Amino acid sequence: MNAVLQYTIQGLAAGSFYALAALGLAVIFGVLGVVNFAHGACYMLGAVTAAVLLDVLGLGFWWGLLVVPVLLFLFGVLLERSLVRWLLALDPLYNFLLTFGLSLILVDLVKRRYGVSGLPYERPEILTGQLKVGELGLPTYHVFVFLFSISICLLVWLLMTKTRIGMIVRASTEKADLARALGINVNRWVTPVFGFGIALAGLAGVLAAPFRAITADMGSSFVIILFAVVVIGGLGSIVGAVVAGFLVGLLEAFGQAYAPAYAQILIFVLMAVIVLVRPAGLFGREDAA
Amino acid sequence: MSHIDALPDASALEKRAAFVPGRSLQRWTLLAAGLVAALALPWFIYPPVAMDIAAWALFAVALDILLGYGGLLSFGHAAYWGGSAYVTGLVAVHLGAPFPVAVLAGALFSMLLALPIGYLSVRRTGIYFAMVTLAFAQMVYFIANQWSDLTGGENGLQAVPKTFFGIEQIETDAFYFYYAALPMVLLGMWAAWRIVHSPFGRVLVAIRDNAPRARALGYDVDRYKVMAFVLSAGLAGLAGGLFAISHGFVSLEEVNWTTSGKVVLITVLGGIGTLWGGVLGAVIIIVMEDRLASSGFEGIGIITGSVFVAVVLLFRRGVWGTLRHVIVSRRQR
Repeated sequence: MNAVLQYTIQGLAAGSFYALAALGLAVIFGVLGVVNFAHGACYMLGAVTAAVLLDVLGLGFWWGLLVVPVLLFLFGVLLERSLVRWLLALDPLYNFLLTFGLSLILVDLVKRRYGVSGLPYERPEILTGQLKVGELGLPTYHVFVFLFSISICLLVWLLMTKTRIGMIVRASTEKADLARALGINVNRWVTPVFGFGIALAGLAGVLAAPFRAITADMGSSFVIILFAVVVIGGLGSIVGAVVAGFLVGLLEAFGQAYAPAYAQILIFVLMAVIVLVRPAGLFGREDAA
Repeated sequence: MSHIDALPDASALEKRAAFVPGRSLQRWTLLAAGLVAALALPWFIYPPVAMDIAAWALFAVALDILLGYGGLLSFGHAAYWGGSAYVTGLVAVHLGAPFPVAVLAGALFSMLLALPIGYLSVRRTGIYFAMVTLAFAQMVYFIANQWSDLTGGENGLQAVPKTFFGIEQIETDAFYFYYAALPMVLLGMWAAWRIVHSPFGRVLVAIRDNAPRARALGYDVDRYKVMAFVLSAGLAGLAGGLFAISHGFVSLEEVNWTTSGKVVLITVLGGIGTLWGGVLGAVIIIVMEDRLASSGFEGIGIITGSVFVAVVLLFRRGVWGTLRHVIVSRRQR
């Protein structure tokens, strides 16, 4: 029982990174129709930026949590304005390829500057150690990561469903022409939404910084699993991205505990099953297929 | 302007086929020039690099069957290139088979592997297809990594021999090996050309341009796509097997997604839907990488990534496509 709870919280913590980043991917896809291959690189940039902030300016984890998403938002705005924008009218494959090229550039730039070995990063004092629940001890940082990420996901969900901005964004996603006809300037939302999605990837990166090795390559396999996550959840579905993110995290944790050799393969087996049984994903709409 | 341009939804390919008087002479000239270049290559370029170019060229041509003619971007072709590389290597190491046999075994394995993956992947199109194929290829990567008894895991599969009926020069000298391997590359290219210009290839283009119409005409769309996927994987396997033999070594890198990305880059740089564009793309990218690596430059990804971004933003027709566009528009004037 103890062990199961241990793996569960571990899986939920790992799933937190996937859920946050996949949420960003889903929001960008929803509004721009772009699958951002550079999402893994942005996650990596988030972690690296947090490490550099600590090293150079002495800004710790809490500041990182605040500053890094803002920086990545600006980075995303810059990317959208300078590159992504020009290909929006074309087949989405072109932006997929563009962002693929970008991720090659970003990864090798970081590699050149900071080398291939990991950057050091320490978690804040409060988040070290164990949290006592009855007789059980849970790693505080895992619990924190899970609670933090689930609240962000909830906030985004509230933002999308309960506010006027969210309604506009959703309308632009689902029926862009109709939204335009009603006098909504859809194009105005494209840039901030892209930045927002990138900021979420960066936020996942900061959360991962005290937890994973911070290297230039940390986003490379992450982004592939992220793709599996959004295929499982249904691309463009916000709820799907979050649920599938946590699901994949759990699968990974339990896989590593009980069948370590197959942990990573299991994720793709799950994806294969979903593609076979429900091609549009768990929460995707059939017509979006 | 020929009559077919007036048709509102004639595909780009049909327009191309309909125009050009005297194109058969031009085609033979190009073919002869290409053959001479292929034969002369190892005299001008370090022979192992020449072999790399030949293998990557075939790989890119194989991908273009799917991408240019089927309209399906596979971002997981490393699975077939690398999968075949492993099987080729294993057959060569354990059975001591002559390398063409080993390579054919590898290509066959790739086709078998592509059958279930293709069957699942064609259920989605466009960007979904790219993501699903990518994820399946990563599954193959993890399996290759886990099964290290067989594949050597992170160390790679080492000491793959170039067995060839005891002819020592071919087995030891990369210069002669190139000429022993070239016929298989050319055979693969010819097969690609046949596939694209066969009735099957025309149906594939029809499906790319208007799938519902092709379905209404009675074509089993998904089956055609799976067949194209398997054929493309087989040719990619042929290329991967030759690459493995040429290097005498198979690394995990061959099944990694960076390899899938590289072949997409080569194909797009050469020109999507041009078939031979991939050959030019391979020459450019492999020579560039070789120069950068030997000059000790770190961060090749910065250069290749920039090339990618520039091609996608500025000339989406690719090198071959741009050249042809220039020639065509000049002639039409």
